[in-house]
Amino acid sequence: MGQAVDNLSGVAPPLLDAGPAVRVRGLVKRFGEVTAVAGVDFEVHRGTCLGLLGPNGAGKTTTVEMLEGLTEPDEGEVEILGLTWRRDAREIRERIGAQLQESKFPDKLRVREVLRLFRSFFRDGADIDEALETVGLAEKRDAYVKTLSGGQKQRLSIGVALLNNPEIVFLDEPTTGLDPQARRRVWEIVERVKAAGGTVLLTTHYMEEAERLADDLIIMDHGRVIARGTPAAIIATLNAESVVQFSLGAGAGRALTEEDLLALDGVNAIRREGASVVLTVRHAHEVISGLFALIEARGLALEDLRTHRPTLEDVFVSLTGKSLRDE
Amino acid sequence: MSRLAELRELTRVRVYAFLREPEAVFWVFVFPLVLAVVLGLAFRSARPAPSLVAVAPGEGSAALVEALGASDGLEVEPFQTEDAMRVALRRGAIDAIVEPAPGGGEPILHIDTTRTEGETARLRIVEALAAARGAPLPEPVVREQTEKGSRYIDFLFPGLIGMNLMGTGMWGIGFALADTRQKKLLRRMLVTPMRRGSFFLSFMLSRLVFLTLELAIVAGFGAWVLGVPFRGTLVAFALVSTLGALTFAGLGVLTVSRARTIEGASGLMNFVMMPMWLASGVFFSYERFPDVTIPFIKLLPLTALNDALRNVMLDGASVVGQGRELLILAVWGAVSFLVAVRIFRWE
Repeated sequence: MGQAVDNLSGVAPPLLDAGPAVRVRGLVKRFGEVTAVAGVDFEVHRGTCLGLLGPNGAGKTTTVEMLEGLTEPDEGEVEILGLTWRRDAREIRERIGAQLQESKFPDKLRVREVLRLFRSFFRDGADIDEALETVGLAEKRDAYVKTLSGGQKQRLSIGVALLNNPEIVFLDEPTTGLDPQARRRVWEIVERVKAAGGTVLLTTHYMEEAERLADDLIIMDHGRVIARGTPAAIIATLNAESVVQFSLGAGAGRALTEEDLLALDGVNAIRREGASVVLTVRHAHEVISGLFALIEARGLALEDLRTHRPTLEDVFVSLTGKSLRDE
Repeated sequence: MSRLAELRELTRVRVYAFLREPEAVFWVFVFPLVLAVVLGLAFRSARPAPSLVAVAPGEGSAALVEALGASDGLEVEPFQTEDAMRVALRRGAIDAIVEPAPGGGEPILHIDTTRTEGETARLRIVEALAAARGAPLPEPVVREQTEKGSRYIDFLFPGLIGMNLMGTGMWGIGFALADTRQKKLLRRMLVTPMRRGSFFLSFMLSRLVFLTLELAIVAGFGAWVLGVPFRGTLVAFALVSTLGALTFAGLGVLTVSRARTIEGASGLMNFVMMPMWLASGVFFSYERFPDVTIPFIKLLPLTALNDALRNVMLDGASVVGQGRELLILAVWGAVSFLVAVRIFRWE
């Protein structure tokens, strides 16, 4: 009864003998003077979730829209399920599902009417009740779109993207602007899609979302890929076990120089975030005892000290010198 | 699913979107009735109203008042001063001032020659004075009266139907399209295998769904409440109206085919419709425009629609006789639609 599970999740199972679900080579897109995407290559393997992570304006959405056939690339090749947009546009559209940023359904339509409308565009797929069940909107089937919360609207949008049991689902920042509760519900839907063997391409600027959902990650900035791999592998590139963050209080300024800190055993990298100093380190306990000794010797006072396991945010900051959510 | 299912769902959604928008329902069904009632009240009298005249003070004015007052078609209005008379004439409150000539000569007439009321008043005054004198008219004035016996409302009503078909076609479709585009719903549909032809066709079909109701309400009101004649056949009326509705649906799609926002779309639609409101003979005959402009005015789609509607409704003409008008409508509609589909902005 594996079939029943697949149907409930709203995706088609992967074909074992096929190549990658998505293959992208040398993708470039310019808008006038601005190069939004500056040469991107990647593959998405069937049955996996690829996360495209990056700050606003990194070129994530432009990349995804080229994959969805909404934007024509200036250079490069896109293959979706072994098909190309030039030759097989209609066939690709039958087999992919997409949730777009910012697109809104008409306020005065009911949830089931929206689903029925979009369902009518596809050759085959789920029935409306299944789709409602998948995204947890069964009790909202007769509600007007206008009355839905932000999270419900987003789930409806994902429900529409799953209507044709797509082989690949594109989700463009599906949780942006949602509260944590609503975000978690969206994650659960994506996890069900993955569990049923669906292929997902997800863009986000939330690290925890990428860490939780993505099997593979691509970090983009200024239209380029700056890191790729599994979340664990990307974090491992920092060559660090911990991140130590401390501050010396307002008066102390830069009493400790970069040289002072690099001299401590086990410090890989240093950066400053406002008044605090962030050290990427191999062994936190060694660095911290060295740091205490140094502060003692200089007659300084420690105001704040924290350590945490390195995250994608740390990788991103160390690669670009800026935070993911900088606007 | 089948192409038919897709078309049915797209059309269904359009119909819902319309019915759930109370403002839209008002403009399509209620507004034309309100307009017809108001104008019908203003022009309800079947017989022409008497001309209002004033007699300037002076030697012989009392005799003039008596002579003019004896005529059925004239009503003499009293005024305190000559200045007040002139103001009233300028504002159209009276149609003429008769000034007695010093020394018993022919009185002098002051009329506004640009108004038909002035001309009517002149004829009646000359007639009244001749009757008072007991002599025949020195020079009988004959004026050809093309609209003889027909009321203004009879002329107006087909024009209102034409204007309503234009307005609902353009607004109904233009707004819905611009809104769909602005909400990025168009792009959302583009990611699916939706056929673009079905998308456009659904707008046309949803237009036809309401057309029957719209025409039944508006025309029924005109016929039974205002007594506007429907001399042509129902088939002729329905054919002309349907073609008109589709023509303006096409023009509506074309008008907003590139507009990015609702505001931009509104401006463009007004820009397209305004000249036709004025020139195409909705409220007054386009024959009043200079002769050189009339061939161009006749090429406008609303002119063609209004002419065809008037011919069918008022004169009982057959559809076959409306070949020129129907051809103009069909060409406008087809060309608009084809160009619109080519240049349409999906983003």
